[in-house]
Amino acid sequence: MALFLSFLLPGIPYGCAYALMGAGLVLTYRASGVFNLAFGAQAYVSAIIFSIAVHDAWPAWAAFVVAVLVASPAIGLAMERLLFRYTRTAGPLVKLVPALGLLIAIPSVTQMIIGTSTRLPSSLVLQTWKIYFRLGSTPVSGGELSTTVITVVVVGLFALVLRSSGLGLRMRAVVESPRMAELSGVRADRTSATAWVLSSLFAGLAGVLLAPLFATVSAPNFTALLVAAIAAAAIGGFESLPLVLAGAIGLGIAQQLLAGYLPSGTILSSGLRPAFPFVVLAIALVARRTLRQPAARDPLASCDPPALAFRAPARMTQVAVGSRAFSVLVAGMLVATTVVLVPGSWEFVFTLGTVLSIVFLSITLLTGMGGQISLGQAAFAGAGAFTAGQLAMHAVPVLAAVLLGGLLAAALGAVVALPALRLGGIAVGLLTLSFALLATNVLFLYPWSGNGATGLTVPRPQVGTVSFAGNGAFFWLVLAFLVLLAGAVKLVQGGTIGRELAALRGSERGSAAIGIDMRRLRVVAFTLSAAIAGIGGALYASLQQSISVNDFNYQFSLVYVVVVAAVGVYSVAGALEAGVLYAVLMQLTSTLSSRFSSLLALVFALAALTYVRHPEGVVAYGKAWVLDRAEQLTRHLQRAEPTYAGPSGAATGQRHGHLRPHLRPHLHGGDRR
Amino acid sequence: MLETAGLTKRFGRVVALSDVSLRIDAGGSVGVVGPNGAGKTTLFDCILGVVEPDAGWIAFDGRRIDRLPTFRRGLLGIGRTFQRLELFGGMTPREHLLVTERVRGGGGRLWKDVVGLGRPAPRERREADDLLELVGLGDVADVPVEALNLGRCRLVELARALVGPPKLLMLDEPSSGLDDGERTILVSVLGRVRRERGVAVALVEHDLDLVTAVVDRLVVLDVGRVIADGPVDAVLADGAVRRAYLGSGR
Repeated sequence: MALFLSFLLPGIPYGCAYALMGAGLVLTYRASGVFNLAFGAQAYVSAIIFSIAVHDAWPAWAAFVVAVLVASPAIGLAMERLLFRYTRTAGPLVKLVPALGLLIAIPSVTQMIIGTSTRLPSSLVLQTWKIYFRLGSTPVSGGELSTTVITVVVVGLFALVLRSSGLGLRMRAVVESPRMAELSGVRADRTSATAWVLSSLFAGLAGVLLAPLFATVSAPNFTALLVAAIAAAAIGGFESLPLVLAGAIGLGIAQQLLAGYLPSGTILSSGLRPAFPFVVLAIALVARRTLRQPAARDPLASCDPPALAFRAPARMTQVAVGSRAFSVLVAGMLVATTVVLVPGSWEFVFTLGTVLSIVFLSITLLTGMGGQISLGQAAFAGAGAFTAGQLAMHAVPVLAAVLLGGLLAAALGAVVALPALRLGGIAVGLLTLSFALLATNVLFLYPWSGNGATGLTVPRPQVGTVSFAGNGAFFWLVLAFLVLLAGAVKLVQGGTIGRELAALRGSERGSAAIGIDMRRLRVVAFTLSAAIAGIGGALYASLQQSISVNDFNYQFSLVYVVVVAAVGVYSVAGALEAGVLYAVLMQLTSTLSSRFSSLLALVFALAALTYVRHPEGVVAYGKAWVLDRAEQLTRHLQRAEPTYAGPSGAATGQRHGHLRPHLRPHLHGGDRR
Repeated sequence: MLETAGLTKRFGRVVALSDVSLRIDAGGSVGVVGPNGAGKTTLFDCILGVVEPDAGWIAFDGRRIDRLPTFRRGLLGIGRTFQRLELFGGMTPREHLLVTERVRGGGGRLWKDVVGLGRPAPRERREADDLLELVGLGDVADVPVEALNLGRCRLVELARALVGPPKLLMLDEPSSGLDDGERTILVSVLGRVRRERGVAVALVEHDLDLVTAVVDRLVVLDVGRVIADGPVDAVLADGAVRRAYLGSGR
């Protein structure tokens, strides 16, 4: 019993921190439909401000006011005002991408401001490590005590406010239906801002309370906290606060019990404890009924115009031909530069860019074409890489090993797709995220797969007498893979599967009515996408020649989505541009001091914030802008009458390049219902 | 061709459908009318598998379909339109029809896509063109549906439902939001597809003039029950129907 208690009690403070953040997640999700992954970053910012202030000999209460009562809510308010108030009626991807961008951007900005020196956590009220009393024989430290007491008080107070005050009533009304609330005179905007401020307060509080439980204040700890909080929120079905609290504390306790009772020293015990929240998350996602159709509850939801789908505008023939010729020219110059002009490190950089383009293609297919959000593509890439590595060690030719790696990744993709079939939107993303976390924390650590941090070595391929060992030769091989795969994806896009996916993205009920088998189609999309990611991962392995689990960390999955969405997720060209841009910027930023090491991610993360306005991607938007000008110029040169599409959209010319409703989403929608 | 018996559906305590039996013969036409909340859309949703009935069965072409998923019922030859538009955002009317041609006609294979054989076939293009002409959307065939007004959007849904052609066309309030010209197109299109292609039509509609112009038979629902079923004139003369739905003034 004493042993049990000694395992159980330390779990409670963890659970409390999960509960605080989980409650915040539920609050913003219900108030604005946004699943705010950036809470992890907000918790980190609060913790670090608090720690710095206390170390600078501020009184704890002043540090608390600045870190928790000012900083985190201010960030939350800014997020609501500047970004998420515009995404209320948008699709899940539009809500997710900026939040992901913030999750990456906020810690990297913080790091640039305060530097990379180690920050020690400070406790809020009581001394962290001092033992205040014992329960049975189990010591209770100040950190544990204050975390638990504060959480119970804060969540209790909040529940009381929600129940009894006018604010609680208004908030519940807005959560139920913002427009219905506005029709009854509630200022939904202000109430939803309040929800963001309050939930950010929770996140900041969770950050400060949780910090003493780790040795140092560092961003990854808070991402782990975020995942556990998501699991707790999922247990509560993204709606019930008491269930979130109970689930979070249960989760914290279960984690500690597992750590205590599992045989120590095995991968299962060292892996299962961190992986446990992901397993719980996956089970909760699939099991909870409310997670499947969360969006359709607003009684006035049918008043919304449908979320606008992105569609590349058709261009005048001359401009289309010109832009294609230009693309070919640029691609040719890149290839020439890589092979002929700049050997050495840049050759490697462009090869890496080509490999990344292949991995990014998998996101184009699944997310851009299929409308499915995956936050686990790095895990599929890793599966392909480690399969290829293992096979290569057993004397399978490397090229065959690469293809078999793709095959195994495809099988994994199909397996992950099956539970995802019952879910929609953000829930699919969270499910794939939990798969990625499981992969990096457990699956990839075994000697038969990724062999942990030691990793595997993968040789360059050799076909007959032709060796691809040199960087130049290997580049041609990778380029051939990219051309084949990109061509295949383009053909699929224009073929049956691509058009069916486009229909499914447009309307699930409509596509069922015409006879599209949604389940089969989704499994196909997941499988194809995972296969491409797997091949990309295997090629990456052969490029680097030595890989480990760190190359396929789950955080790469998040970064990949942000990068592709920022550059352009709807076109094959977007994946190629994203791959090359990422590799080139990585090379350019590699010489910076460690303080600016995250500049690369920051660039794309900031670009991702524009996703709310430009879901086609920054680069795609830029290209469209240039092509618009080119069309104007062409018309001017031809002295032709510009074609005009009448109000009903009756295009009189053969093209309708200026009919691009996606460029002005906020103006659209009045005329349809 | 379509037959239901004893269809019952409850949402909590609300009885949306109660023991509804309905028959539609091949090439026949039925209008389903009734006040709002009578269960008309629920009846359609049950037949198409969007909601599952609590009791009763549904047969199509002599075969039970109530266990089939929605998309299979579509493939058996039931085309439908929706009360709330369910168009494919970002696609043009022509693309709507081309994807439907492929799905209904079968023959889509992943390997064909990958080797470049997945693009629309000339036959599919011709059929799409014919349908676009039929419903009068030829001039906006390549404009994304977001840029079309409500009436045009309804016609896109109608054209999409006509691909195949289906054996049975189920229309849920097709005339709401249409102007007079578009309404005329709707009536003439429905007449033509019935005559030329032998398509049976089931129609939920509030506009009685339109209903009587299209269908031979009326089924009246009230609070989930069939209160009248028969030739149009006979049903309109029925006292119970006049009380429940039409009011005495008509």
